[in-house]
Amino acid sequence: MTLRTGRASASLARPRFGRLGVVVLFPLPALLLYAVFVGIPIIQAAHYSFFKWNGLTPLSNFVGLANYQRALSDATFQLAATHNAIIIFLSLAIQIPFSLGIALMLNRRFAGRWLFRLVFFAPYVISEVIAGVVWRLILQPDGLADGALTAMGLGSLYQPWLADPNTVLWALFVIISWKYFGFHMVIMLAGLQGIPRELEEAAAIDGATRRQAIRYVTLPLLGPTIRVSVFLSIIGALQLFDLIWVTTKGGPVNASNTMATYLVDWGLRRFQLGYGSAIAVILFLVALVVALAYQRFVMRRDIDGAMTTGPV
Amino acid sequence: MRSRARFAVLLTTASIAFAACSGGGASPSPSSASSVAPPPSTAASAPASQASTEPVTINWWHIANNDPGKSLFQKFADEYHAAHPNVTIKITVLENDTFKPKLQTEIQGGNVPDLFQSWGGGGMAEQVDAGVLKDITADVASWKDTINQGALGMYQYKGKQYGIPYDLGMVGVWYNKDLFQQAGISAPPATWEDLLAAVDKLKAKGITPISVGGSPATWTEMFWWAYLATRECGQETMLKATNDKDWTDPCFVEAGNKVKELVDKKPFQEGFLAANWDGAGGSAATMALQKSGMLLQGQWAPGTMQANTADKKAVPWNLGWFPFPSVSGGKGKATDGFGGGNGFAVGKDAPPEAVDFLKYISEKPQADRLGSLNTGFLPVTVGSESSVTDPQLTSVLDARSKADYVQLYLDQATSTDLGNVINDAVATLFAGTGTPEQVPQTIDASAKSGG
Repeated sequence: MTLRTGRASASLARPRFGRLGVVVLFPLPALLLYAVFVGIPIIQAAHYSFFKWNGLTPLSNFVGLANYQRALSDATFQLAATHNAIIIFLSLAIQIPFSLGIALMLNRRFAGRWLFRLVFFAPYVISEVIAGVVWRLILQPDGLADGALTAMGLGSLYQPWLADPNTVLWALFVIISWKYFGFHMVIMLAGLQGIPRELEEAAAIDGATRRQAIRYVTLPLLGPTIRVSVFLSIIGALQLFDLIWVTTKGGPVNASNTMATYLVDWGLRRFQLGYGSAIAVILFLVALVVALAYQRFVMRRDIDGAMTTGPV
Repeated sequence: MRSRARFAVLLTTASIAFAACSGGGASPSPSSASSVAPPPSTAASAPASQASTEPVTINWWHIANNDPGKSLFQKFADEYHAAHPNVTIKITVLENDTFKPKLQTEIQGGNVPDLFQSWGGGGMAEQVDAGVLKDITADVASWKDTINQGALGMYQYKGKQYGIPYDLGMVGVWYNKDLFQQAGISAPPATWEDLLAAVDKLKAKGITPISVGGSPATWTEMFWWAYLATRECGQETMLKATNDKDWTDPCFVEAGNKVKELVDKKPFQEGFLAANWDGAGGSAATMALQKSGMLLQGQWAPGTMQANTADKKAVPWNLGWFPFPSVSGGKGKATDGFGGGNGFAVGKDAPPEAVDFLKYISEKPQADRLGSLNTGFLPVTVGSESSVTDPQLTSVLDARSKADYVQLYLDQATSTDLGNVINDAVATLFAGTGTPEQVPQTIDASAKSGG
């Protein structure tokens, strides 16, 4: 579509090769960087994944698909993948609706609204490492959570949540939600501001309650925004690494591993570079398939819309 | 070098026979290491370094990243340079956890440092197999007998020498004498039953008996299982496990049973499964802040505890050390140890001067200076033991000298892979998700599949 409008104005004078030159040359630096830091490493990882390799010896021990077989039959990796699935489910079931609710509230006019927006968005600005360290300190025995509960006379409620294999994933989900809900809130606030106020007013004049207006006017119009939010949430949960690595390193006894922490633990800490590469490829394929399928089936209408802005 | 503790590993590989069993057979006649007489040929003739006067650079990577050790290593390099002006020693100081991946990356890039930190054992064997290290057997023949034979043996692989140790210690139980007194425990536990009784007495007084790390410091848990396995199984079975990949002996299950016995008493600090070793909330801090009575750790523990107190000074309570308790019916001797040390491996392209520099730092005056820092370096040059004066460290040294056999940390005795499998397996015992039977089964299966 840009080409079309481009031609309309450019046909005034510019020679044709000038446009072509621009199209070829301008993306080149970006493409080059992308190839060196993304493309080639992916190909290398795919190559390594067919070898048993500790990084010291020459790359000679070809094992075919054995690394993939091992990964898919490894109970610890299955557990890690399950944790990714749980985080995705919880994010979609709890975190996104929560962000939406907050966004709807903060979209109304009231005094001090900016302060709430600021406070809710702040965790997203903090680096993952800092957030992880701080939460680790808060939740450990004699930490802030323990102290606060004790001060309120509720000391018996305190549990070392991060130290219990049964609770660690839930505790991490709370931390993740705290960290990222502000981000989704801002996306949805932006979407809400794109909805013309007249539509809601028209609904009100027609006798719709506030709830009905949200259900039948706001949410459908917010659809594209929510779908983007869901997409980012799924991809983020699939690749979840830093917060967990800093907070628990996937422990205790693998109870909070994700595919990405498993990859780093086995691939880099244990120097099983071939096996780690196989995990990386699996993670890459899962994310790719999910992303393509989501765009193809869920976001198709949104993308179609974007594509049809030019003259038909 | 407390930090070297890394991922623990249990059982050792390199059995360190303190008795000079270099001849092979006759290990049952333990002559203690300290009795190895320095050979007469320590002469300074040093034929290896028929020094060319051409400029030579030695790349030296060490992990003594804290003073006073860091400064002393710098001083050694400066002194050597002063005596051999054509030799420049380029030092790279790394923290333990950055050292390993960086070394691996450099080796892949074809740049092997001339001298670098090594713990010997299985990790070093992997490097030898990859052709990264230099066989220095002939170069050190004239002076190797000045070094504790047990420590030296950890840097041998298939009968050849690839590195030289400068430190060797033992894991044991560090305890808080004040808290023991409060709980009415008069003598340090000598047997496993004594230890369990001490746990009960401390608990009765509301004192957390033991601090241990969980995640990610699973190696601190592994120490318990590994030491019990050393006691239950004895040298022969441990060697069979680490060298011949046979972990099926029932003694390993018995070690797990004893760990379970301990875990069932709930003797550990709250939230230990998420506790690291070093740092806030770690098991070293728990012990340093008097919140627990005992800590099973290596010779670096006092230094780490000191780093985890509010003012970074030595702990303000009475610290004691006792060897790991004996178990009745075990095949291992009560004097057998579990531990390891530090040394330097020699890179494949190292100039002869690099080995000569190792000889220099292994000489008694240098070893004495290292020992007299009293920060956890327990020198291995024969006769330099007396340079250590700290009472706790001397008790570790004393135990070291009595040991005929010291099982190397299992993660260093075995391959990096298997070391982690062992740590993970033992961790399930502490978390209550695994059984004493499953632990050796998991390790055995992984070892036999080439893990």
